[in-house]
Amino acid sequence: MRFVDEYRNSELGKRLVDRIHRRSKKPVRLMEFCGGHTVTIFRHGIRQLLPSTIEMLSGPGCPICVTANADLDKAIALALLPDVIIATFGDMLKVPGSYSSLQGVRAEGGDVRIVYSALDAIRIAQRNPDKSVVMLGIGFETTAPTIAASVLEASREGVSNYCVLSMHKMCPPVIKALLDSGEVRLDGLVCPGHVSAVIGSRPYDFLPRDYGIACVVSGFEPLDVLQCVDMLVAQIERGEPAVEIAYRRGVKPEGNERALETMWTVFEYCEARWRGIGAVPESGLRLREEYRSFDAEVAFEIELPPPREPEGCLCGDILRGVKTPLDCKLFRRVCNPEHPVGPCMVSSEGSCSAYYLYGENNGNG
Amino acid sequence: MGTDDRILLAHGSGGKLSHDLIESFLPLFDNKLLDKLDDSAVFQIEGRLAFTTDSYVVSPIFFPGGDIGKLAVCGTINDLAMSGAVPLYLSLSLIIEEGLPLDDLQRVMASVKKAAEEAGVNVVTGDTKVVNRGNADRLFINTSGIGVVPPGVDISGSKAKPGDSIILSGTIGDHGIAVMSQREGLEFSSPVGSDCAPLHSLVADILGVSDQIHCLRDPTRGGLASTLNELARQSKVGIRIEEEKIPVREGVRAACELLGLEPLYVANEGKLVAVVPGAEAKTVIDIMHKNPYGKQAIIIGEVVAEHPGRVVMKTGLGASRIVDMLVGELLPRIC
Repeated sequence: MRFVDEYRNSELGKRLVDRIHRRSKKPVRLMEFCGGHTVTIFRHGIRQLLPSTIEMLSGPGCPICVTANADLDKAIALALLPDVIIATFGDMLKVPGSYSSLQGVRAEGGDVRIVYSALDAIRIAQRNPDKSVVMLGIGFETTAPTIAASVLEASREGVSNYCVLSMHKMCPPVIKALLDSGEVRLDGLVCPGHVSAVIGSRPYDFLPRDYGIACVVSGFEPLDVLQCVDMLVAQIERGEPAVEIAYRRGVKPEGNERALETMWTVFEYCEARWRGIGAVPESGLRLREEYRSFDAEVAFEIELPPPREPEGCLCGDILRGVKTPLDCKLFRRVCNPEHPVGPCMVSSEGSCSAYYLYGENNGNG
Repeated sequence: MGTDDRILLAHGSGGKLSHDLIESFLPLFDNKLLDKLDDSAVFQIEGRLAFTTDSYVVSPIFFPGGDIGKLAVCGTINDLAMSGAVPLYLSLSLIIEEGLPLDDLQRVMASVKKAAEEAGVNVVTGDTKVVNRGNADRLFINTSGIGVVPPGVDISGSKAKPGDSIILSGTIGDHGIAVMSQREGLEFSSPVGSDCAPLHSLVADILGVSDQIHCLRDPTRGGLASTLNELARQSKVGIRIEEEKIPVREGVRAACELLGLEPLYVANEGKLVAVVPGAEAKTVIDIMHKNPYGKQAIIIGEVVAEHPGRVVMKTGLGASRIVDMLVGELLPRIC
């Protein structure tokens, strides 16, 4: 399989591992921001292959995991309304909110449908003119342009029974918030691949400049990640942190201009709530004034009981990189993929799920 | 297409139309036990019997490499074969949704006939029900099977022992991806067909060269990963496999990448896992290579005393990781 096999070649992989071992002298702490990278690292056992000088932390880059319960509760409440159809990407279904989940609401008769694209949600709206279709806008800069495109399409085609509940999150602002909290000290960042395909590598320029943190954008195959780690170690050993792209086949410094234009036509920055991190200014997206009629927040007024967190669940701390799933008393004992307590166990990109599925001996320590 | 060409509720009423429908199937399954049309098939069998049943609800009912009819025959035959039994007789029970085109039903029945013939088993009893539109999805089939277990054969998922080799009969994930790509309208340049096949001849070949086969299992729903976990738990042993040894078709790998699946968890309908003492492995592999359904048979790992109940895989890069059971529903209605 071209463009995959080359990046899983075990001979090349072993050579990269050797090079990292030779190069790495100082103890360093690297964070992979993105849940997709966490899965690659665990699935291929990459942590076991790295020298003891390199500590890897998993970051908050799982869009489902970072969605705050207050927002999940809103989506779940909408699903309970008569004449509302919720359209969502499949991984949202099992995520527990404060009191229920979309899956639970569906079992009670709520109309929740899984779509692979927001454009499918528009088709559902067209086929059900007497109902309102609410697309759950979940995801980072990667999915936001596609949701924006669906709003433009609905606007063009006059689909007035379609709207979006925007819970989108932006990566660079939350990385800054994490660092400013002072809880996590990092030497290098494995920058997200798909997000950077949209925003480019320039939005990370503040990290080496203001925080002295090495940055390399990585792809999702094991060799991509190893190459990225090698480049990060080289930057750190040289004492010259910078922003580099290891994922050149997917990412340009300027990003994808068309996707960005689509996104900013429909959305504007707003404050967003992050699980475990709290409210972060300008880290979310809301619909611009001219597209307000497609905003579920405007279309529906819902009163919600105050959100609550499951007792003992450490998802918030795990997302900040200050705890690992092994620190959680619920992990494996009460919380597993069949009966997830927190979102990091539900999402296929969540740290808890990766630790559970691929073995905790892949974790540090 | 008029109503004449579709299944009506009256086809399941027990009256004239039911009778005509059943009559139209009979020539396909020409055998003395069935032709009598008595309430049950009556026959004599000597020896230890294996008896199994399975229901088939795959959607869509036609998919590359097979259909629900072939699946219903092969699936049940394989369940018998995995106990070491020689399959003899099948029952065939249809639940049909009102409105199913008669042509589709005839196609499925022709495929049942072909699969049963290839396997050398007779369909000796059957039933047909029709339910209102919306109360079933086109066609559901139940088959039960009876077979005879030859003297001395004692195969069970609890018999794996440290030192045993794990043999896989061929590529994994073909069936699940064939059905899934048909359902999702995915097209690949090299289309993946289901591996749906009867495995009793392969089992007979294996049992013919070794009387020390410990476990046999066909990794259907839940895939190879779930089957190996079942064996590790039942036998209270550890299992070690090597990622690079497991054969996966190019198209299956590509589809898995696209759909975010792992081939280890994707269903098969024509593959088996054999657990045999290390010293017997070569003999068993050699005979498997001579059977059309075992040409790519390969040793993928071994049974160990460490980490009982767990399956650990060596990754391509030389690290190791746990391979757990499938959790949740990967692909619903795959068989």
